[in-house]
Amino acid sequence: MALPFTAYRWKIMRETIESLRFRITKRFGTKTVLRDFALEVRGKQFITFLGPSGCGKSTALNIIAGLIPASDGEVWIDGERIDHLPPEKRGFGMVFQNYALFPHMTVFANIAFGLQLQRRPAAEVAERVRQMLDLVQLPGLEGRYPGQLSGGQQQRIAIARALVLHPRLMLLDEPLSNLDAKLRIEMRAEIKRLHTSLGLTSIYVTHDQTEALSLSDWVVVMRDGLLIQAGTPQKIHDQPVNIFVADFMGFRNFFPTQVVALGLDGDVEAAGNGMNIRGKTRHTFAPGASVVAAIRPDDVVVGGDAGSPNAFRAKVDIVEYMGREDEAILTLEVGGRLWVRTAARLTPGENLTVVFPPDRVIFLPAEESGGTR
Amino acid sequence: MRRARTGEPSELDLMAIACLLPSLLYVFVMFVYPFLYGIYLSLHPLKVVGISLANYIAFFTDQYQYKTVGITFRLAVPNTMVVVAFSLLLAYNMRRGIWLERPITTILVLPISLGVILLSMGILGFYGGKGWFNQLLLGLGLLEEPLVLTHNFTGVMLSLFMQQFPFCFLMLLGYISGIDPSIENSARTLGANPWTVFRRVMLPLIAPGLAIAFALVFVMSFATFPSAILLGQPTGATRTIAIAAYAQAFEMFDMSYASAIAVIMGLFQLAGLLLILLLRKRMVTAATMGVGKR
Repeated sequence: MALPFTAYRWKIMRETIESLRFRITKRFGTKTVLRDFALEVRGKQFITFLGPSGCGKSTALNIIAGLIPASDGEVWIDGERIDHLPPEKRGFGMVFQNYALFPHMTVFANIAFGLQLQRRPAAEVAERVRQMLDLVQLPGLEGRYPGQLSGGQQQRIAIARALVLHPRLMLLDEPLSNLDAKLRIEMRAEIKRLHTSLGLTSIYVTHDQTEALSLSDWVVVMRDGLLIQAGTPQKIHDQPVNIFVADFMGFRNFFPTQVVALGLDGDVEAAGNGMNIRGKTRHTFAPGASVVAAIRPDDVVVGGDAGSPNAFRAKVDIVEYMGREDEAILTLEVGGRLWVRTAARLTPGENLTVVFPPDRVIFLPAEESGGTR
Repeated sequence: MRRARTGEPSELDLMAIACLLPSLLYVFVMFVYPFLYGIYLSLHPLKVVGISLANYIAFFTDQYQYKTVGITFRLAVPNTMVVVAFSLLLAYNMRRGIWLERPITTILVLPISLGVILLSMGILGFYGGKGWFNQLLLGLGLLEEPLVLTHNFTGVMLSLFMQQFPFCFLMLLGYISGIDPSIENSARTLGANPWTVFRRVMLPLIAPGLAIAFALVFVMSFATFPSAILLGQPTGATRTIAIAAYAQAFEMFDMSYASAIAVIMGLFQLAGLLLILLLRKRMVTAATMGVGKR
């Protein structure tokens, strides 16, 4: 039964979910790794759980898959409660960080495994395995063993093995972490292509913000088992709710200050540690409140008018060559370090002026000033 | 780390050989030489000059002697099966860790550290005619006559099981818990229930470890000596081949014949090992093919 690709795609798209809704708490002994982690997800979306290791993101994924029981909570799919179902009855596909292919089976047997458990006719199995290998662009590898494949190939086979069953939900647990940098970018595009062209619903777990931003329709930032912020990649990237998310999204420079003046449209002027900084905020602050000004290294303008607002004198300490740009650590004249990323070539020991463009500075509440690093 | 074979010795190879020397020497002095000397002895019977197979012929023509082979197999084979089966069952269910794992493992492993003699004496006391086990069953009215569990076949089986189970269990536990849990998890998400996961995925992966466990337990059971004497009937039902060799050496003082019996014992053990390895190969292939082409 050779299905043309479009028909095949429609078949998979029809089988994906309309909605996923869960609220889960997980305790290991006295330690709570997920605290009322709740979310509602629409079908055909690409959702990412993003957070540092130990934030509970993988545990959450495993609970959705049914591999770990939740201590408390519920998981609903299309109005049906599924948290009592064993993993084999949920109809989800899962891809693991270490591929988890069956080492004693050929590529064919690996991909055919699930179909054979469903007692599909041999001809259909063979045809669907072949189609899957075409889909992941590894035709002709049926007879190989996982040990004879590269990491990238193994992960493609693992994806094919999950997709061949037309999973109504794809779960991916850091699938790119074991691959080298170049392959990771390639596979990222591959995963996105499969997700979009097959109309899948995917939940993807990662600690890599670039992966999260580039793949997702919706990013869920987690920390210590709590949902910290959920939103579109752009929203998370541009409007982090706190220092933790900002830090994760590449803000590296944080300056504790007190609000001096508040303007319309979220304009803030704040002062502290000999600095007077202007910027924007999405939060509501009272005058005098402790706030933190944050700016990304690549938003700092190196050189510039010493008389303009947010201009500071600094000395270059360390320069790292990054190809088109230099990444450098500067010491501000008023004290404190500043990370910058600039196309200008810097020399250690050099004194210069840096400017923080006010529309690039965001102000965040200071309650987490303990820092996340 | 695998290195391409260049055919030339590297500095590392020389180092490795130098480090190996003491142990090689030990193996040679303590095993290779006595082994070869035993074969030499066995081929030089007491009353014959020169090389002769007379001892071997004598063994296989004397029913009292060759029956020991059958007895030994009847002890070793079921014991190996039971030990490996129990170990597999327990180790498989403990592969992801269980509550109170440490104390349980300690209790299971304790018999290894006690030695065969203490263990055997314990079994004699506990399971003997006047032992607690029988007293309890008699006291509860479940028995009219005490069960005869020692100084017979059962006694030896009990002792062998208790000696070898902890060892086999630990080995399999190490082997099974070393298998990446995500392999099993992926099988589950692909639609396999726990039994299918065991049969199609885990068992083929455990098979090499299982074969080693079978081989080692079999060899140890086949060579059983103290248990067969202390808990069995060393002149009758549990006269194992090791007892036959001992009797020739230290009761008849015929070292040559004793050596021949020891060599025969070694050959049977080797045959057992080969059979196990062959079965293992078939088992793995079958499991793989079953999935590949049904």
